[in-house]
Amino acid sequence: MNIKRFGSIAAIAVAGTIVLSSCAANEPAANTEGNESTLSGTLVGGGASSQGTAQEAWVAAFQTEHTGVTVEYDPTGSGTGRDNFIAGGNAFTGSDRAFKDEELAKDNFAGCVPGTPIVEIPAYISPIAVIFNLEGVDSLNLDAATIAGILKGDITNWNDEAIASQNKGVELPDLAITPVHRSDESGTTENLADYLSAAAPQVWDAEVSGDWPYEGGEAAQGTSGVVDAVKNGNGTFGYADASRAGDLGTVAVQVGTEYVEYSADAAAKIVDASPLVEGRDSVDLAIELDRTSEAAGVYPIVLISYLIACSEYEDAATGELVKAYFDYVISDEGQATAAKAAGIAPISADLYEKAKAAVDSIK
Amino acid sequence: MTSPATSARTPRTKQRLGDRIFSNSALTAGTLILAILAAVAGFLVLESVPALTTDPEEIDILNGQPFWSYVAPLVFGTLWASALALAMAIPVSIGIALFISHFAPRRIAQGLGYIVDLLAAVPSVVFGLWGGNVLAPAVQPLYTWLTQNLGWFPLFAPPASGTGRTILTAAIVLAVMVLPIITALSREVFLQTPVLHEEAALALGATRWEMIRTAVLPFARPGIISASMLGLGRALGETMAVAMVLSASGGITLAVLTPSNPGTIAANIALRFPEAFGLNTNLLIATGLILFAITLVVNMIARAIINRRKEFSGAN
Repeated sequence: MNIKRFGSIAAIAVAGTIVLSSCAANEPAANTEGNESTLSGTLVGGGASSQGTAQEAWVAAFQTEHTGVTVEYDPTGSGTGRDNFIAGGNAFTGSDRAFKDEELAKDNFAGCVPGTPIVEIPAYISPIAVIFNLEGVDSLNLDAATIAGILKGDITNWNDEAIASQNKGVELPDLAITPVHRSDESGTTENLADYLSAAAPQVWDAEVSGDWPYEGGEAAQGTSGVVDAVKNGNGTFGYADASRAGDLGTVAVQVGTEYVEYSADAAAKIVDASPLVEGRDSVDLAIELDRTSEAAGVYPIVLISYLIACSEYEDAATGELVKAYFDYVISDEGQATAAKAAGIAPISADLYEKAKAAVDSIK
Repeated sequence: MTSPATSARTPRTKQRLGDRIFSNSALTAGTLILAILAAVAGFLVLESVPALTTDPEEIDILNGQPFWSYVAPLVFGTLWASALALAMAIPVSIGIALFISHFAPRRIAQGLGYIVDLLAAVPSVVFGLWGGNVLAPAVQPLYTWLTQNLGWFPLFAPPASGTGRTILTAAIVLAVMVLPIITALSREVFLQTPVLHEEAALALGATRWEMIRTAVLPFARPGIISASMLGLGRALGETMAVAMVLSASGGITLAVLTPSNPGTIAANIALRFPEAFGLNTNLLIATGLILFAITLVVNMIARAIINRRKEFSGAN
């Protein structure tokens, strides 16, 4: 009897603790912000799935700050996202490439005031690591031609002269190389291909696209699929979002005369080292990525994804929401959030200045 | 013999409400399945037309090649992976089913049947994870050995895959997935064998194996075939497990141990669809139509076989 009663009291106590603590966990979000946000409404966006994780983190943080706003980001893929933006279905879109000149000339964006430029901000810069699994080797120096040769299947053994000559002092085994690539269409593949075709056009002779262009090699689904295949194999070689490289060996890529390991800084630098696309409005920060840049310390294999919006919306309330959201995304805080959630390289102070000016123009 | 007069005199059966409700709901259910099938077929055809009529140059995925040369490796991969899977699964399934129905002690038989059924409840994603992360690395050394020592045999032609994620591994995963379906159905059919036939065979001096060969298997053959066809249906359409296990990066080849394997239609749709837009979507749906057609043809062939065998089966 006694034990039973004691048990029920304990149960109430435990239940009470759980209820109270779960309340407490929810509270700081609402309470710590003294200045109440006046924004309200729903902001609908969508597009590049590469930005999916970062957008989730941004949306969560943004909604915590502006409790009246609901932001939806639907990772439909860049192509669909751009189409929806043109049709006015999305107030903003994430896209793995900027709009092309001919698209800007042809399309009138349904949600924007006719004749106004669109805002394009490269706010998502993500380094792509070239990874491998080779016992006893953590890092290798390779130039673009060698990377392309390995991935294409031209260089088939780890003790090949092309690899050995760039890695004096590293003991390379007599082992077959198993190159692993993405089996699904992806921006990671497209950006790697873009780099290889710019830096080693004589080896990488295929058209740049999100689909793997060559026959042969090993194919795996998604970033996790490639990383798992490389991890589980021996003598495997692949590429993946740098945040997912983990313990695997990574390649330092030849830039000019030096070899550069990937890092957030080095990835952000390539954007600064590249010129803007010519003939665009000052708020359109479309970048002509200079993959062959020889500037010191740049890491050229990056995936750049844009945030795209109108500079003037037909609906002023939408403009206000987009402006506030973009303002948060490009801020130090927003970039840090995405760096933690998705491993992006935060934009440089220089790019921030330009992006801030562009965002401020949105109305 | 029955004169018109008698038939005219037959009293009309009284239509009870319950009867009418039952017959109508059965009729609805019957037509519903036809309507759904027609709707699916209609959707596939309508959505496929743009992809088939447009110039291949305008569809990114095709990369300039005609539609049929794009689908051919996928059709081959689909049939090849399923055929390999069935070749492995059918003998094992029949063995398990015979063991359960005729060899095992009753208590073990029940437990074993239950475990095999459990296998059917494992989600295909789990099979995919297991196949890619456990099975593939485990069989990779074997593949290397096979290509080195039996490389002259067309199926084992080198080079061996470095990760083991080949069409043979995918087929093994598929085999495990279709095993419970074929086993469960075969077991039921084996249990239906008339006891009189079995006892007659034993009375004539047959051993247990001879009894099974002369009485059980001939009786069960149509059942085994339809069980296998159900399994084949699952193997043909399996998407997730194949997409996660198979390294699909090549064209038509008989070699089952290399890194370059043909993809399968279902897995290809799953891999390409998320980033597809415009005509690419139609193209993928068109490949889905082909898969639909293949499945129908395979099932019709199975029906034909079963009907042809029926009269010899001894079941009647």
